[in-house]
Amino acid sequence: MAALEDLFASGHRACAGCGCSLFLKTLLNVTGPNVIITEATGCMEVISTPYPESAWKVPWIHSLFENAAPVAAGIEAALKATGRKNDTKVIAIGGDGATIDIGFGNLSGVMERGHDILYICYDNEAYMNTGIQRSGSTPYDASTTTTPAGKVSFGNQSQKKNAPAIMAAHGIPYVATTSMGYPADFAKKVRKALSIEGPKYIQVHATCTPGWGIDSALSIEILRLAVETAMYPLYEYENGEVTSVKKIKGRKPVREYLEKQKRFSHLFKMPNGDKEIEKIQQIADLNAKHFGLDVVEKAKPKEAKAE
Amino acid sequence: MAKMAVIEGSHAIAEAAKVCRPAVVSAYPITPQTHIVEDISQMIADGELMNCEYVRTESEFSAASVILGAAAAGTRVFSATSSQGAVLMYEVLFSMAGMRLPGVLAMANRSVSSPLSIWNDHQDAISARDNGWIQLWAEDNQEAADMIVQAFKIGEDRRILLPVMVNLDGFLITHTYEPVEILDQNMVDEFLPPYEPLYKLDPKDPVTMGALAQPEYYTEARYMIHYAQLCAKDVIEEVAEEFGKKFGRYKGGLIDTYKMEGAEVVLISMGSVIGTMKDAVDEMRAEGIPVGIVKIRSYRPFPVEALREALKGAKVVCVLDKNISMGMEGAVFTDLKAALYNVKGSPDILGFIIGLGGRDITITDIKNLTNKGFAKMRGEKVSEMEWYKLDVDILPEGI
Ligand SMILES: Cc1ncc(C[n+]2csc(CCOP(=O)(O)OP(=O)(O)O)c2C)c(N)n1
Ligand code: SF4
Repeated sequence: MAALEDLFASGHRACAGCGCSLFLKTLLNVTGPNVIITEATGCMEVISTPYPESAWKVPWIHSLFENAAPVAAGIEAALKATGRKNDTKVIAIGGDGATIDIGFGNLSGVMERGHDILYICYDNEAYMNTGIQRSGSTPYDASTTTTPAGKVSFGNQSQKKNAPAIMAAHGIPYVATTSMGYPADFAKKVRKALSIEGPKYIQVHATCTPGWGIDSALSIEILRLAVETAMYPLYEYENGEVTSVKKIKGRKPVREYLEKQKRFSHLFKMPNGDKEIEKIQQIADLNAKHFGLDVVEKAKPKEAKAE
Repeated sequence: MAKMAVIEGSHAIAEAAKVCRPAVVSAYPITPQTHIVEDISQMIADGELMNCEYVRTESEFSAASVILGAAAAGTRVFSATSSQGAVLMYEVLFSMAGMRLPGVLAMANRSVSSPLSIWNDHQDAISARDNGWIQLWAEDNQEAADMIVQAFKIGEDRRILLPVMVNLDGFLITHTYEPVEILDQNMVDEFLPPYEPLYKLDPKDPVTMGALAQPEYYTEARYMIHYAQLCAKDVIEEVAEEFGKKFGRYKGGLIDTYKMEGAEVVLISMGSVIGTMKDAVDEMRAEGIPVGIVKIRSYRPFPVEALREALKGAKVVCVLDKNISMGMEGAVFTDLKAALYNVKGSPDILGFIIGLGGRDITITDIKNLTNKGFAKMRGEKVSEMEWYKLDVDILPEGI
């Protein structure tokens, strides 16, 4: 068998250990060449297309920070109007800032109107391209350049916006969260999304080496810890209902996830940091409860008493 | 025989858009553009506009983004907006011209908030002047309809590849009934062939659009847009002439002139006020007053050479600006002065801010400011720039 050609070519400018560029490469391995991609302004756009170079071997367009979804809708409409739709898939990509903040309104419009596109948000949990500022998807207590930890602040004081639930509330056929820590889960969900007609939304957790302050070699391990601690639950919604969750056997304490990242390091140094870590644990506990993530060891049936 | 009908400007524009066979139309309603998009909706509902996707977005920002995407996919696109809608589109308009994606936007010109006003002036388009779009200005319903067809042909020309904004005065054109010759589908098909994009998003031949440009490339990319605008000066003239031959109507190329023989004072403006100016000039000419009109049809590209030529022999030019560049003056006034600067024997130029936010411009007003032109010619003291009929009584004391 011939080696799979990388449709997202190497030589782009992403940092070592960048989970987001891994996402792009994996995505195109799943989709193959018959796609048209629109992408929002952000790290992945900037690192992949410094003119006259381009990492993209599929048709790709970038217009603005907040319009990847309606540009994709326009492409879809054009393909339909000219009978060129065939099997060509239209995929819009944005970071969490593009998706969950500035482009959220028009993304909602695209979802509500039923365009046959897949929107994928790579969620690195802040505005990385502009220097690690908070987004609506930044987790509680993360230190960013606009929510820095300081003498009287533990960092970002709001909780991550629940964008997948809002997307699911549009009644669209498919919504999923996934993680680059689990490429097989990611590939499976992308394949499934592309087999469904109509608007689809996938949010994929992906690391940013400087943004999270992590060892680039630990990228995958840390993403897995996010799932294993229930900080980033993986699930699917179909037509507004949760239809699958990735269960966790022996859920780990959030500390194990937090302690590997500089963005949370203040919690381990500041007085009362423990209390904050406890609050984050509660967020994870709620996730676990809400989605029923914990695998409950079945109690052994009681042995009949010996007569 | 050509079919005539007495129809609203909006309807004439919708009909014109229809016969251009756009593949994707996307818009968001705003007064006074609404009738255009309602008419197109009805055409779709009645099956009159085939092979066309009409995307009813949640905002003008998205409507512009949708037509940008559809144009990038290689199709002919149309939208319509006005005022606040145009301002909301602002970012996308730059992006679309920058990517050299043709398409036509009908702009039902209206003032811009604040204060809120739904009435006509030219601020919306003038404030979108530097985004790379070609800007054409229509005088009446017929010209607006004809201009839509010409606009597609100009923008799609391989020498140009730029989007084109067709400006038509809100209410004064959009809501006014006039006899209009309905454009014949077969004739338009002959005049405007199907759009053949130079590049399009297509998995069979992948391209990257909208790349990041470092300083060593950005200037050249911008220069090429400017260069295309300069080339458009020829193309706009050619297309207007070709249209004239085919349809029997010629309303000028970059500019048009009216009663310019021996004109000493010349009035210059854009849009529907030209009609009122013509009536005023007719009356003044009947009294033997040597006054003429230059109508600007293309504001971007700005017809520098055509204006220099047309204004040879003029003594004083009065510019009517239905817009204001705050802290400076009317935009056409500024541009005209720049165009005539360093031209030997060029006329004196007077600027008038007039007709803002729907304030009527009457024949009497036109005559009054023409008189100021003649006063200037006689060497009397006349202010170079005037807010015409500014009501000082309603201004706070001390201003
Ligand atoms: C309208 C607008 N506002 C602000 C910016 C500046 N800007 C560019 S990318 C970006 C942040 C991108 O963040 P995100 O979408 O999370 O992607 P990431 O960089 O993290 O991959 C910002 C704020 C812009 N390009 N356009
Ligand atoms: S800054 Fe972060 S998101 Fe951007 S390329 Fe580097 S690791 Fe990836």
